[in-house]
Amino acid sequence: MENKYRVSVSPHVRDSITTNKIMLYVILALLPSAIFGVVNFGLHALTIICVSIIFAVGSEFCLNKLLNKASTIGDLSAVVTGLILAMNMPAEIAWWIPALGSVFAIVVIKGLFGGLGKNFMNPALGARCFLMIAFSSQMTTYASPSGFTSLMTKVAGTPDSLSGATPLAYLKQGYQFDLESLFIGNVGGVIGETSALALLLGAAFLLVMQVIDWKIPVVYLGSFAILVFITASLRGYDGAFMFTLEELCAGGIIFGAFFMATDYVTSPITPNGKIIFGLFLGVMTWLFRMVGSGNEGVSYAIILGNCLTPMIEAYTRPRAFGIVKEKAKKEAKA
Amino acid sequence: MKKNSPIERIWNGIFVENPVFVLVLGTCPTLATTTSATNAIGMGLSTLVVLALANLFISLLRNVIPSQVRMPAYIVVIASFVTMVDFLMEGFTPELYKTLGIYIPLIVVNCIIMGRAEAYAGKNGPIASFFDGIGMGIGFTIALFLIASFREILGAGTWLGMQVMPAGYVPISIFVLAPGAFLVYGCLIAAMNKFKIGAGRRPKKEWDPTVKICGECMNCMQVGMCGKKPEQCDTVKGANEGKED
Repeated sequence: MENKYRVSVSPHVRDSITTNKIMLYVILALLPSAIFGVVNFGLHALTIICVSIIFAVGSEFCLNKLLNKASTIGDLSAVVTGLILAMNMPAEIAWWIPALGSVFAIVVIKGLFGGLGKNFMNPALGARCFLMIAFSSQMTTYASPSGFTSLMTKVAGTPDSLSGATPLAYLKQGYQFDLESLFIGNVGGVIGETSALALLLGAAFLLVMQVIDWKIPVVYLGSFAILVFITASLRGYDGAFMFTLEELCAGGIIFGAFFMATDYVTSPITPNGKIIFGLFLGVMTWLFRMVGSGNEGVSYAIILGNCLTPMIEAYTRPRAFGIVKEKAKKEAKA
Repeated sequence: MKKNSPIERIWNGIFVENPVFVLVLGTCPTLATTTSATNAIGMGLSTLVVLALANLFISLLRNVIPSQVRMPAYIVVIASFVTMVDFLMEGFTPELYKTLGIYIPLIVVNCIIMGRAEAYAGKNGPIASFFDGIGMGIGFTIALFLIASFREILGAGTWLGMQVMPAGYVPISIFVLAPGAFLVYGCLIAAMNKFKIGAGRRPKKEWDPTVKICGECMNCMQVGMCGKKPEQCDTVKGANEGKED
C-alpha cells in the first residue's frame, strides 16, 4: 500500500520539451538567414560562422573542465550563442574577432555568472557590444553585395558620397529604398540581419513550435513602428509609411526582436512583464535610431532591457490563485 | 606579527585590508586613473604621501579635535596636504599633473583617506597611524598598478609607455575605456578572493533536495532545506529507532 504513493516535490507534470530541443529549434530557425547570409556575402561568412561556433563550444568545454563541472556543451546553447554572434558580424571581418567575442560571451558573460540560466545579459549580444566598443572600426566596415548602391533612389539635397554601407546609414541621410530588395535582403549589413524574409520564416517556425511567445516581438516592433511613423510624420518626410516599413526591414530590429529579445534567460517571464519589456525596447531603439546620432541601436536597447528584467519581473508578478492583494484586504476589512 | 607594529600595518594595507581589492574604497580614482601604468603609479604615490601624512597629523591631533566636528577637521588636515601635493606635482611633474587633472584635487574627498582617518588614525597612536597610511598607500599603488598594467597592455599594447605587444597586435581599445576598467577590476577582485579565501570555505558537495525526499522528511519542518541526506538526518534516525523499539 505504501509503495503506491510516490511523494515528490513539485513540478509533477512535465513536458517533453528540453533545453536541448529548444536550442535545436532556434538553430533550425536561424538556418534560413544564415544560409542567405552565406549566399549573399560569400564563403568568408561561412568561415566566420564556423569559427564563432567552434570557439563558443570550445570555450564552454574548457570552462567546464577548468571548473570541474559536468560538460554542458550537449545543451547546444553554446552553439546558439556562437551562431547568433556570428550573424551579428560584418562578413569581411578578420576571423579572430568573432573568436574572441565567442570566448568573451561564454566565459565572461555566461560562465562567470554561473552558466546557462544565470547570465544577466544575452551572451551573444554582450559580446557583440564588447566587440563594437573594442574594435569599432572593424565592426562597422560592412560588406555590400554587388549592385547594392544602384538600389537607392537619390533624393534632392542628399550628399553625393557616403561612408556608411548599411541601409540604415543611407536612410538616416535621406535616401530612399526599394522596399522589396530590403525585404528580401540584397543589401549591406551584418551576416544575419539583411534578409527580413529569411528571418521572418525562422520566426514563424519558432512561433508555430511555441518556442517563443508573440508578446515581446510584436510589442517591440509595434511600438517602434508607431513611434517612427509619428516622428517621420512630424518631421515631414515624404512617404512616412514607407519610411516606417523601411526602418523595420533595415538593420537588426527583426533579428533582435525575434531571436535575441526573446531569450528565456534574460527577458521577463511574466505576461505583463513581456509587454513592458517590448515597449521599453521599442522606445529605446527609437531613441537610438531617430534621436541619437548612431544608425543602429537594437543591441544596446536589448542589453539595457536585459539589465532591467529582474526589476520588471518583480513589479509584474502575477497574482497567485486565491491570494488577495494587500490593498483589497485592507478595503475588505474597512 | 605584533598588532599595530609598522610591519603588520604595512602588510595589512597591502594584503589583508587592501583598500581597492578588499575594502573596495576609492573606486572612482581607481577606475578613472588606471588607463596607463604611469598614471597609476603617479596617482598611487601622491595618494600614499597624502595618506601617510594626513594619518600622522590626524593621529597627533586626535585628542584635541572634538568628536562632534571631527569630519571638517579631518578635511582641513587632508586638504592642506593635498594642496601641497597638488602644487608640487604641478611644479615638478607637469605632464603627469595634466593627465591626472581633477583627480589630484579630488584626493581630498578620497574615501580611503577619510576612511582611514575615521577608522584608524582617529583612534590609534601616531607611529602606527603613519605606517597604516604607508601600508594603505602601497596597497593602493600596487592595486592601481596591476589594474593599469592589464588595461594598458591589452588596450594599447604598451606598458609604461613602451611597446610590449608584437607589431601586428590590434589593441582591444575597450580596455582603456570605462567598461574595460570594470571588467579588469572585477576579475582582479575575483582573483584576490580566490587567493585569500580559496575553496576551503565552501561545502564540499551540495545535496540537491529535489533528488530524493521521502517518508519521514515529509513530516519534517525543514523538508528539503536542511541540506542533509535522509540517512544523515537525526530526526529520521530518531523516528526509525523509535519504531524499532
